[in-house]
Amino acid sequence: MFKFEKLVFGDLGWGDEFLFATLMTITVSILSMGLGLCLAIITVWAKLISSRLTRFIANLYTTVVRGVPELLVIYLIFFGGNSVVMGIAKLFGYDGYIELNALTIGTIAIAFISATYSSEVIRAAYLSVNKGQVEAAKALGLKKFHIFLRVMGPQIIRHALPGIGNVWQITLKDTSLISVTGLVEIMRQSRIASNVEHSPLTFLVTAAFLYLFLTTFSGKFFKVLELNYSKGFN
Amino acid sequence: MDNFVNYLNESLLFRNFIEVLGGLDNTLLLLVISLPIGFVLSLVFALGRVSKNKLISKTIASYIFVIRGTPLLVQIYLIYFGLGSIKFIRDSFLWYLLEEPFWCGVLALTINTVAYGSEIFRGGIQSITKGQIESGLSLGFNKLSLLRKIILPIALRKVLPSYGNELILMVKATSLVSLTTYMEMTGIARKIMAKTFAPVEAFIAAGILYLFLNFLMVQFVKYLEWKYNPHLRLVDS
Repeated sequence: MFKFEKLVFGDLGWGDEFLFATLMTITVSILSMGLGLCLAIITVWAKLISSRLTRFIANLYTTVVRGVPELLVIYLIFFGGNSVVMGIAKLFGYDGYIELNALTIGTIAIAFISATYSSEVIRAAYLSVNKGQVEAAKALGLKKFHIFLRVMGPQIIRHALPGIGNVWQITLKDTSLISVTGLVEIMRQSRIASNVEHSPLTFLVTAAFLYLFLTTFSGKFFKVLELNYSKGFN
Repeated sequence: MDNFVNYLNESLLFRNFIEVLGGLDNTLLLLVISLPIGFVLSLVFALGRVSKNKLISKTIASYIFVIRGTPLLVQIYLIYFGLGSIKFIRDSFLWYLLEEPFWCGVLALTINTVAYGSEIFRGGIQSITKGQIESGLSLGFNKLSLLRKIILPIALRKVLPSYGNELILMVKATSLVSLTTYMEMTGIARKIMAKTFAPVEAFIAAGILYLFLNFLMVQFVKYLEWKYNPHLRLVDS
């Protein structure tokens, strides 16, 4: 049933293929988490400034993306993204055919999803910092940039870290969905291998173990990070 | 008016919408079976998780750990492709269920929601203060009525918001079952895309329906919160 001999490295097994697939999953997760955090910061900014229009757009974005299945978002960006990019290129006078590769599209799609979750976390963290501290910093004559860097920033990170850790786990697991675009990450690799070897159980269990390993390991990493950022409170 | 009806009939989005609507019953069927079973099992598993029996609580803890650490897609594939490749299962009566993508989907969704749900319920059960249980005991409640009259009502209404979140995640999760050839809304949207080569219209039509389903789910949870938290209601509402 479970064929261990199919998992060796080299030409006889799928070990090295799975290693590369795992690296691909990690790459996509880190890229989309980073891009998602940037997007989330913009979203939070749009929600907090006193402009009705930006607040409406940001709220619409988070509500819609969180209310629609992740798979649909990925399909929409994967199949519809090309035409959008070509339309933008046309505005700048380029009239050829552009095709984005699966890695770019997958990263953007997952980032769009992960940003909605991160933005809630960051917003809550921002609001939980006491206003008096900003006033105190102003009274001490700190510039706006320094207030953010020295006073707000570290505290936002401390408040947001547990939530960001959760979002990271969700993002990591969501990357399994971009296997539908043909990007060879863990999930896609296990499907390819099981189709070739006619042994789905072996490779799907391997995939499950790899994901379990990644989530557990990165969970430990976030625990250490959290401890590091709450030094003054223990 | 006739013009408008004609326009609607000709617009691709509207036609897609009607076609995707045909898959709504399949999506709902998945939810209607897996959510109630998932709810009951979550409660049972949560009680097992907080029980003093180490064997039971450790087993459930490792089950939760494995399910929450792997993507739902892996679980669906494991059940749909993986279980089918075991000869022992193919020969047993289970095969009558597992050869249908629908029952594989129901099984995967239930297993998944039980893992998340039981963690949510455990949080609710553990948040009950000792004094409440002690006062129940001093009134002569036995274990079962303590559970039925004190622990469950307090725990359930406390976790309603987070369980509502899990319900919405489940509505979204049903779309993954389309990858096992089960034709629910996402599957139909994909079929439309293959037929018309217009991906945006197809997926937006499906997206609107999912948004609507989730909107209904949110209203339902809000109603439950209002109903079971009478002590939190404002006086004039």
